[in-house]
Amino acid sequence: MIRFLLKGLFRDKSRSRLPVLVVATGVMLTVFMHTYITGFMGDTIEMNARFSLGHVKVMTRAYAENISQVPNDLALMDAGSLLGELNSKFPEVNWTPRIQLGGLVDAPDETGETRSQGPAIGMGIDLLSAESREAGRLNIQNSVVKGRMIQNTGEALLSHDFSEKLNVDIGDDITLIGTTMNGSMSMYNFKLAGTVSFGTEGLDRGTIIVDIADAQAALDMQDAAGEVLGFFESGFYDDEQAVELAESFNASYDDDQDEYAPVMKSLSQQGSMGQYVKLSDVWGIYITLVFIIAMALVLWNAGLLGGLRRYGEFGVRLAMGEEKNHVYMSLVYESIFIGIAGTVAGTAIGLFISALVQKYGIDISGMMEGASMMIPSTIRTRITPVDYYIGFIPGLFSTVTGTMLAGIGIYRRKTSQLFKELEA
Amino acid sequence: MVKMKTVITTILLFIAVFGAAQPAANEIIKKIDQNMSSENRVFESSMTIHGKRSSRTITSKTWSVGDKKSFTEYLSPAREQGTKMLKLENQLWIYSPSTDRTIQISGHMLRQSVMGSDLSYEDMMDDRKLSDTYDAVVTGTEEIDGRKTWVLELTAKVEDVAYARRKLWVDVERFVPLREELFAKSGQLLKQSTLSDVIQKQGRWFPTKIVFKDMLKQGDGTEFKITDILFNQDIPDHVFSKASLKM
Repeated sequence: MIRFLLKGLFRDKSRSRLPVLVVATGVMLTVFMHTYITGFMGDTIEMNARFSLGHVKVMTRAYAENISQVPNDLALMDAGSLLGELNSKFPEVNWTPRIQLGGLVDAPDETGETRSQGPAIGMGIDLLSAESREAGRLNIQNSVVKGRMIQNTGEALLSHDFSEKLNVDIGDDITLIGTTMNGSMSMYNFKLAGTVSFGTEGLDRGTIIVDIADAQAALDMQDAAGEVLGFFESGFYDDEQAVELAESFNASYDDDQDEYAPVMKSLSQQGSMGQYVKLSDVWGIYITLVFIIAMALVLWNAGLLGGLRRYGEFGVRLAMGEEKNHVYMSLVYESIFIGIAGTVAGTAIGLFISALVQKYGIDISGMMEGASMMIPSTIRTRITPVDYYIGFIPGLFSTVTGTMLAGIGIYRRKTSQLFKELEA
Repeated sequence: MVKMKTVITTILLFIAVFGAAQPAANEIIKKIDQNMSSENRVFESSMTIHGKRSSRTITSKTWSVGDKKSFTEYLSPAREQGTKMLKLENQLWIYSPSTDRTIQISGHMLRQSVMGSDLSYEDMMDDRKLSDTYDAVVTGTEEIDGRKTWVLELTAKVEDVAYARRKLWVDVERFVPLREELFAKSGQLLKQSTLSDVIQKQGRWFPTKIVFKDMLKQGDGTEFKITDILFNQDIPDHVFSKASLKM
């Protein structure tokens, strides 16, 4: 019977081509929409995590209270021993120290006088120790526009636009003028190793990246770190796990009244990201659900129309003595085949388009000018296991349900009226 | 007629007695200038910065001529040793030996703290005489550490001053300020300083210890001690040149 039905579908294009096309289009849109939402929201969270918030972050209580000012005078002292403690207590998390710094980058002329100068926001990150994963985490290697990665102490990376503004080239000396953790003015020379572009307005405006050892030397922060960031081994943020981790760490310092005692905060507990994480959880589901329901209605309708369009055919078949159940079941089977074919085709096309957008991205940098939140200027989709089966909800379930409802009409047909109907 | 003469005599006596006891406010600040300003001076100082988490002491030697030229070399600790600052008129340069760079400090950077202390570069730059920049009014008398003081309210008479208003407690005998409060145009108290250990040197009274407190900054203030001071010395001109920063 299956072979017979398939032959029928292949031979009668009006029963197969359009329904499969409609189902495939709906499924493709559903799959793409889901990968798009997952990609955009996840990317924004991960980008903020990688560049500034971590999945969890340890800092002093005083630093946490004034975090918007990046107060290095309230930094963690004995960062080495704290890192040891974190590594032994929470080995499932990758811990790394960071120093955020602000100041001026000054480029000298041949006499040592200021040639150009501009305000910069800097990051001291662990780039040179063997076990560090920071370069990969921040995708620095792939972000290098000119020159190379930092390979030695005393080297710096500048955002490409900033380097052009300062008119400095690879190998040039630049001076970072900042403030030590004691509040003194500090000057520290770097050699420009390369220029980078992260594709984010906030980062590309005026960033300097240096190795953490250099940042410590420049800011008189020996064995100190502004923050210690923790990243889950999976590479993805898990709010429940992060909050649990923070609670467990903070419990061990409950009795310590020192304002410089360490405190751990999850990404969602830092600034406006908490709201975003909650929104991404809820809105991700809402948006996907609304879209699936909308697509389901369309495909349901398509199933209904398909069933109604064949009203006459069913009459003939019933008049020829075919059982109502048989007609109904054959209709349902046909819709299952169409649903499967459309869903498979739609999922394949949806995944293909998503894979393209995942690889190449959609450039929205024009819309990101002046954005305060770290939002990726290139939107990328993210294909997750759900995307391989999410299309079956509208594609198969809705199509078959629509057909089943339309098919109920078969049971209301009366044999005595069939010829009258056919004459009409 | 006799009565009239008595009244006039009494009024004149009153003016003579109280007028002599409390000179005009602008006279007081002129006398302060005579003590605090000099044609030139060379001094060594130590600055102890009491931060929230630790204290540290920085020593330096300064050469200055009037309120136009000043050159400071930091002597310790090791991190600051060799750092030099040159002020010429209203320009300020800092030389850092570790980078071999000379940077001009300008704009908002002048409001930054000097070496993390409660003093800003702007505070260091503005060495002008009080009588040239402020109008004064005596508002009362108070006693500080057993010494009688006049309380003076100073209001800026020029635009380019860091503080629109000052309140000074001036020793009535030595004409040296013993306490000072510095206010913004809005009336907000920005800084407070206490001056003590007043010595007599080369015919003038001079406070050798000043505790500054930036009211907008956490910490316990900055203690500035002059360990040695000489007025009206022969300072060669080349000291106040950019070339001397790298020497």
